[in-house]
Amino acid sequence: MDLALTDEQRSVQELFSEFFSKESTPERVRAAEALGFDQPLWDALTGIDAVTMGLPEDVGGAGASALDLVLVAEQFGQRIAAVPLVEAMVAASVLARSEAGRGLLDLVTDGTVIPTIALRPVVARVVRLAPAGAVADVIVALDGDDLVAVRRPGQRPYTQPPRNLASAPIADWDLAAAGSQRSVLASGEQARQAYSDAVSLWRVLTGAALCGLRRGALDIGVSYVKVREAFGAPIGHFQAIQHRLADLYAAGDALQLLVYEAGWAWDADPVHAQVLSCMSFLAAAEIAFRTCREALQFHGGYGVTVEYDIQMYYRRAKAWPLAAGPVRDSYQHLAGLLFDEPGRLSPGQE
Amino acid sequence: MEFEPEDHYAAHRAAAKAWVAAHVESGWLEEQELTGNYQTPELHLRLARDGLLGAAWPAEFGGTDADPEFARAVFQEVLGLGLRLDGWFSTQMVLNTVLHVGTDEQKRDMLSAGARGEMVIALGYTEPSCGSDVAAAKTRAVRDGDEWVINGSKMFTSTAQEASHVFLLTRTNVDVPKHRGLTLFMVPLDSPGVEIRPVHTIGGQRTNATFYSDVRIPDRLRVGPVDGGWGVMRTALTYERGLSAPLTGPTWADRGADWARSVSRDGGSPVIDDPVVRERLARIAIETEMTRLLAVRNAWIVETGGMPALEGTVHKLFSTETGQQHLASLLDLIGEEAVIQDPMADSFPQAVESAFRKAVFTTIAGGSSEVQREIIAERALGLPKNRPS
Repeated sequence: MDLALTDEQRSVQELFSEFFSKESTPERVRAAEALGFDQPLWDALTGIDAVTMGLPEDVGGAGASALDLVLVAEQFGQRIAAVPLVEAMVAASVLARSEAGRGLLDLVTDGTVIPTIALRPVVARVVRLAPAGAVADVIVALDGDDLVAVRRPGQRPYTQPPRNLASAPIADWDLAAAGSQRSVLASGEQARQAYSDAVSLWRVLTGAALCGLRRGALDIGVSYVKVREAFGAPIGHFQAIQHRLADLYAAGDALQLLVYEAGWAWDADPVHAQVLSCMSFLAAAEIAFRTCREALQFHGGYGVTVEYDIQMYYRRAKAWPLAAGPVRDSYQHLAGLLFDEPGRLSPGQE
Repeated sequence: MEFEPEDHYAAHRAAAKAWVAAHVESGWLEEQELTGNYQTPELHLRLARDGLLGAAWPAEFGGTDADPEFARAVFQEVLGLGLRLDGWFSTQMVLNTVLHVGTDEQKRDMLSAGARGEMVIALGYTEPSCGSDVAAAKTRAVRDGDEWVINGSKMFTSTAQEASHVFLLTRTNVDVPKHRGLTLFMVPLDSPGVEIRPVHTIGGQRTNATFYSDVRIPDRLRVGPVDGGWGVMRTALTYERGLSAPLTGPTWADRGADWARSVSRDGGSPVIDDPVVRERLARIAIETEMTRLLAVRNAWIVETGGMPALEGTVHKLFSTETGQQHLASLLDLIGEEAVIQDPMADSFPQAVESAFRKAVFTTIAGGSSEVQREIIAERALGLPKNRPS
């Protein structure tokens, strides 16, 4: 047991904190909203090998741990960066697991190809509202019995995303579109296992991103209530506001521990990794939204105007988790992991 | 950073279990439940006899030869049975404070009496007219030569009925701001003029109101400087928040799932098949894990030589607020069976019912949630202090 970040982990945290605060300012996020994608930011990320840092060194990665990726995703979320970083990290990890996939990795490493992952089963060869579907070049999907990687023809942006709550570059993806190159990465049980692992890792990293997002929203809310005055005092003076912010701080503090534990368990505790992935994702979804809702509420009327940043956090907090389908499905998935395996132990129990 | 759970007392675990098997009597748990007296004198004496109470203290001030890690393992095993050691907890907290602020004579006399099990100390902070605003205490102590004369009353003087002393917060100066006129005394509860009246609570716990009429005590029982009581209180409160122990054993979610597997609805499918039940239990499991992590962090801070301050506050607020909701939620799932009160019955509904009544005090005792939120708002978020004084 050692709950302090190592010097190395701390420098990852600081590096990416600085990176995103410089490269993903609210102005940049806002400017990218029409497409939901900031190409120069993506180029900068691939320039520092961020997308592939978690891959093993023999396939061109840096061998970073899942907890390292969690720390990066947290900083990414805090600045609601307009790039599909989590999806690309997860898709790259799937590609690295098979010979066929590794063929595409060089193009991912040098920034030519953006990979993404379908988080829902493919229906009639179409991925409905694929994450980064408007801008990604390769998608990893579970298509029937096969885990496939499909590269499509053309160039980004491939399409204009439908107007959506998160201003995300989501779009339908026709896996059978003319000119598509399809590689089968795995089949049968192996395919299902690899896919399920990938979705779990996506939950861990999205949980981390949402934990960062709630931190960003809390900072915005706290700063605002310190300067906005009403009834002759900064509104942060009033207990109605202080106590709600304190509750959000406490929940967020506990959430951060859970998110870090999920990252640690991904590499170190296979027995609880799936459970913690699901727990951290669901807790993050709930606490991130609650934080944004309160922070927006304390802005009063300004909170709903597009000029204020809090609304950008509010919309993403609710929308990001929905990429994996209805949230209640994730609760049922967690319940299955927790309650349908007799003899399974809760985390922390021997 | 790594979260691997470790048993710091693994080397002592077997011996601790053996101690419990040899010295803890099976009837004590039921007796505590039925009487609401959470301090079992015979258990206290047996712990003292084997040197377990004073294990952590310096030898010059009453520390014993017992291995402090073995002692902690024994306390964990005793608490694991569901037995409570409330009198020891308050005694330990106060004597640790004495170790910080007391005179050498006090350290020697009080800690050695505590280690022998002869000194059991109740907390006398809260008054009928002030709880969270503890510095507003009105109980007066007035100097008379080498003695002090005390008049006033205290509420929630828990375990006073089994205690030898009360650690009494008094006002010694009315001409200064409230935080600067407080002084603490170690008042023997057998002093003339002390009266203890029982107060019963919905959780079953017996606590007390205590009354002090012209109680005279010598100045050597004053702990810390005259009018310097607030500094002493702050030391004592830090020890109180650092006491949280990580949860062990089956969680409420696990126990709820066991129950839901064992019962069916109107003769139909098992309750565990109901997606609403599954989601509720999953939500409880998530927050329970978050609480566990906060407690683990407190323990880790203590083990690495620190004292949880803000971290202790966050744990207190989050664990008690969510824990209360979990029990209410479980009662909703169970239905009419959950209203029957029988804490000793070996049934899940009755365990939940009993825990539900006990949990209501957790967001009030030891600093109410509102006070914890103020601390977080001021210290973690830098929001302005809004209390009048």
